[in-house]
Amino acid sequence: MIDDFLVRAGLAGLGIALLTAPLGCFVVWQRLAMFGNSIAHCGLLGVALGIILSVDLTLGVIVVSLALAALLIGMQGQKLLPDDTLLGILAHAALAAGLLAATLIGGARLDLMGYLFGDILAVSAGDLWWLLCGLAAIAGAMIWLWRPLLAISVHEEMAAAEGVPVNLVRAAFMLLVAFTIALSIKLVGILLITSLLIIPAAAARAFVTTPEQMALGAAGISIIGVLAGLAMSLHLDTPAGPSIVLVLTALFIATVPWLLRKNRG
Amino acid sequence: MALPAVIPLRPNGSEDKPAPGAGEALVTGDRLGLTLSGKTILENVDVTVHAGEILTVIGPNGAGKTSLARLLLGLMPPTTGSIARAPGLKVGYVPQRFPVDPSIPINVRRFLTLTVRVSPSAIRSVLQEVGALHLIDRPISVLSGGEFQRVCLARALIGVPRLLVLDEPAQALDYAGELQLYELIGDIRRRRGCGILLISHDLHVVLGASDRVLCINGHVCCEGVPEKVANHPEYARLFGRDAGKAVAVYRHRHDHEHDLSGAVKCGEDCGHKHD
Repeated sequence: MIDDFLVRAGLAGLGIALLTAPLGCFVVWQRLAMFGNSIAHCGLLGVALGIILSVDLTLGVIVVSLALAALLIGMQGQKLLPDDTLLGILAHAALAAGLLAATLIGGARLDLMGYLFGDILAVSAGDLWWLLCGLAAIAGAMIWLWRPLLAISVHEEMAAAEGVPVNLVRAAFMLLVAFTIALSIKLVGILLITSLLIIPAAAARAFVTTPEQMALGAAGISIIGVLAGLAMSLHLDTPAGPSIVLVLTALFIATVPWLLRKNRG
Repeated sequence: MALPAVIPLRPNGSEDKPAPGAGEALVTGDRLGLTLSGKTILENVDVTVHAGEILTVIGPNGAGKTSLARLLLGLMPPTTGSIARAPGLKVGYVPQRFPVDPSIPINVRRFLTLTVRVSPSAIRSVLQEVGALHLIDRPISVLSGGEFQRVCLARALIGVPRLLVLDEPAQALDYAGELQLYELIGDIRRRRGCGILLISHDLHVVLGASDRVLCINGHVCCEGVPEKVANHPEYARLFGRDAGKAVAVYRHRHDHEHDLSGAVKCGEDCGHKHD
């Protein structure tokens, strides 16, 4: 009954849920959702470059994402324009360049819809391998970064005054987010990937009292969302990525009454 | 730690107030200048914080008080001049009142150990010291202004700093709360013998609580013991003619509790200067 590709999809989904949820807490705390979007939007360019250069597509996405993250890190502290304006320009320029490149390459070699909205059922054994290695690396980095990142999220200068290497930690975190997004694009696609970072974290907020609880809670909610979304996709024959995002959104909406009560109490 | 002590640290609690400039120099700014995007923020500022003293930096809004603190904390480099710190100097910092994002679930206990790892008993004792032990399990987002300031103070103290930098600690407090806070800060200095750099724009209460005052407005306007600064013409020009009187009133009230030791004494090192 369970086909091989379904097992792969399920494993990939679980891995990504475990990766994105804790990272997503910091994305929420540091208001980096827009940064996540920008990184995701450049993913298509990575795919196109991968095809043109005949290298592994995931590698192409990773390289382009990290390059953009490095560019954004370098531009931190600039005062010419508001950060979100610059991020918006970069994000849409990258997406437009990616769309253009994809069109030039031709539809036969690039499943545009699959990259825009995700195609988890097409996850290959090679993708899974990338994902598992990435999972281990990112989990390790997160454990190392957890405390300094939390200190920075609360107050950057206070952390800096007390010896936290703020720029280094922040840069490492942004690269981590870029890496995670690059690995996860197959699941829900370029346009939806940021939701996997922020929705589980937002849904967990109402029920937790410590940062660690929030990370674990977000991971739990994310796993439920991914598995339920995949099941929905299978039974109703809907696209997997949007199904997962909608299930997660429904879970978040269900928590809103608790969030409101918490805010009042 | 081999600290090149300029003058040996006086023993804790031997006197109510150490004379100005008594302890070892913890951080020294030498002819500091700061220019940010073409605008001169600070010019030719000399400042030293010694162990065991409360140095208050006052000045009107936009005078560069917070910038000076940021320079001394090493959060940004000065455009001109230099900064020397005692080797291995541990710093505790209470920034200007700031909001903790309510999306971060964090209670007082955890807030205190953001950048240090300490035992549960150390957390309790430092909260006890600032009178906030009852808040230990409270989420940060529900604290009142005064509670939050005490918790921030405890957070800054938990790493056992030798230099404490407090930026407008009384901003959110009413008059009574302000008096209490400055009394607490004075107690901390006496108990721990650490140097305290206090940034403030409010005048009378903070002057009464300080050993030395540095009045700046981009440059150093005047400096010295509180009475000296309060009666200085530059001070009157910046804060109005009556500002000095309030200090005298507060000092007088406090005279019943503390002797005047360092306050009336004024050596060469606390004389004011001009540019």
